[in-house]
Amino acid sequence: MKIVEVLGPGCNNCKRLEAVAREAVAIAGVEAEIRHVTDYAEIVAHGVMSTPGLVIDGKVVSVGRIPSANDIAGWLTTA
Amino acid sequence: MTALPVRRAHVPFQVVAPVVVAAWLVAWFVNLPLANWAAYDLLGLERGSHVGDAVAFFLLDVPKVLLLLLGIMTVVSFLRSYFPPERMRAALAGRGTLPATVGAAAFGVVTPFCSCSAVPLFIGFVEAGIPLGVTFAFLISSPMVNEVALVLLWGLFGPGIALLYMGAGLAVAIIGGLVLGRLPLEKWIEPWVLAVRAGGGATSLDLRLSVEQRMRDAWTSTKDLVRRVLLYVIIGIGIGAFIHGFVPMELIAQIGGRDNPFAVPIVVAIAIPLYSNAAGTIPIVEALLGKGLPLGTTLAFMMAIVAISLPEFVILRRVMSLRLIAVFGGVVVAGILAVGFLFNALGL
Repeated sequence: MKIVEVLGPGCNNCKRLEAVAREAVAIAGVEAEIRHVTDYAEIVAHGVMSTPGLVIDGKVVSVGRIPSANDIAGWLTTA
Repeated sequence: MTALPVRRAHVPFQVVAPVVVAAWLVAWFVNLPLANWAAYDLLGLERGSHVGDAVAFFLLDVPKVLLLLLGIMTVVSFLRSYFPPERMRAALAGRGTLPATVGAAAFGVVTPFCSCSAVPLFIGFVEAGIPLGVTFAFLISSPMVNEVALVLLWGLFGPGIALLYMGAGLAVAIIGGLVLGRLPLEKWIEPWVLAVRAGGGATSLDLRLSVEQRMRDAWTSTKDLVRRVLLYVIIGIGIGAFIHGFVPMELIAQIGGRDNPFAVPIVVAIAIPLYSNAAGTIPIVEALLGKGLPLGTTLAFMMAIVAISLPEFVILRRVMSLRLIAVFGGVVVAGILAVGFLFNALGL
């Protein structure tokens, strides 16, 4: 079970990233829980200064951009 | 490791890029003759008539602005991906006030930034011990010397005005940052900000991106931007076309002329609620400048549109008191008014 966290205060890009992350989970075929983190203190605690950020199992894998679903699926299967 | 299913055929980047660039150049150069032909020959409108001029302006500007946004913005977003906020923070931390303030203003031009990142960025800077004035210099210059504004100014008015705008914007950001840095503002930051401990997990992530990934990101974000502003651009060009064809020069000169000392404050007041529609407003500005609105008034109008953002103030309220936001906004407005009056006084 993977924990996928989307870091962002709820702007358009954060919502898009959440949708892409869901798509990626389906592509990778892994079991994963997707959380959307909107709390600023928690976002900053990950060292992220540009949103949206993406965290898989506590590790920051992307900041300030929306990776493709295939890229995220790759991180989900290798990490 | 299992191979992931590739969902569509991938044409190599080396093939796509030259074709796209060539198509863009052709479209750019046929735009003017095509717009004139469509307005004056196809529609049979008379050259020099109100309707004819307005229609020609509209048909010329819509493709022109879209080409500028789609083409140049993609390149600009690509280049900007090399200057993430994490790199800026590393470059600014521990420097003297003046170099750090100038640096922060300069990073404002190149660092990709949207107002939804304002809070994490602000906290990240406070955490790294970067003085508040330096952070404010970035927060002023980033939206003001914004890439959409610069690209459109360059494309529609030429490099002179674009560079003048950039210079004036940087000056407002640097002076504003230095002034704000002299004030005792720390007590107006929300206490929880100072208690947050930031992690370092994301610091070197940007280095991992390949050129192709950056290109793909740039194209995706540009498409997204164009989709978001398209309607405003068309409305803005429509208004610009109306002004170009129908509003007499004497009227603009009377209301917005250099002799009217209230012109600059009035345009700034009008501009404040127009935030985020920079792409839609520049065609209006183009028409006004063409009708003889003085350059200082025009620049102040543009700056106020992009730099004073009520939504960003609402977001910043999470980390700073209303008083601090008011002081910040006041300094920015004062800077913009100064630019307007200065350029008008110089008679440029």
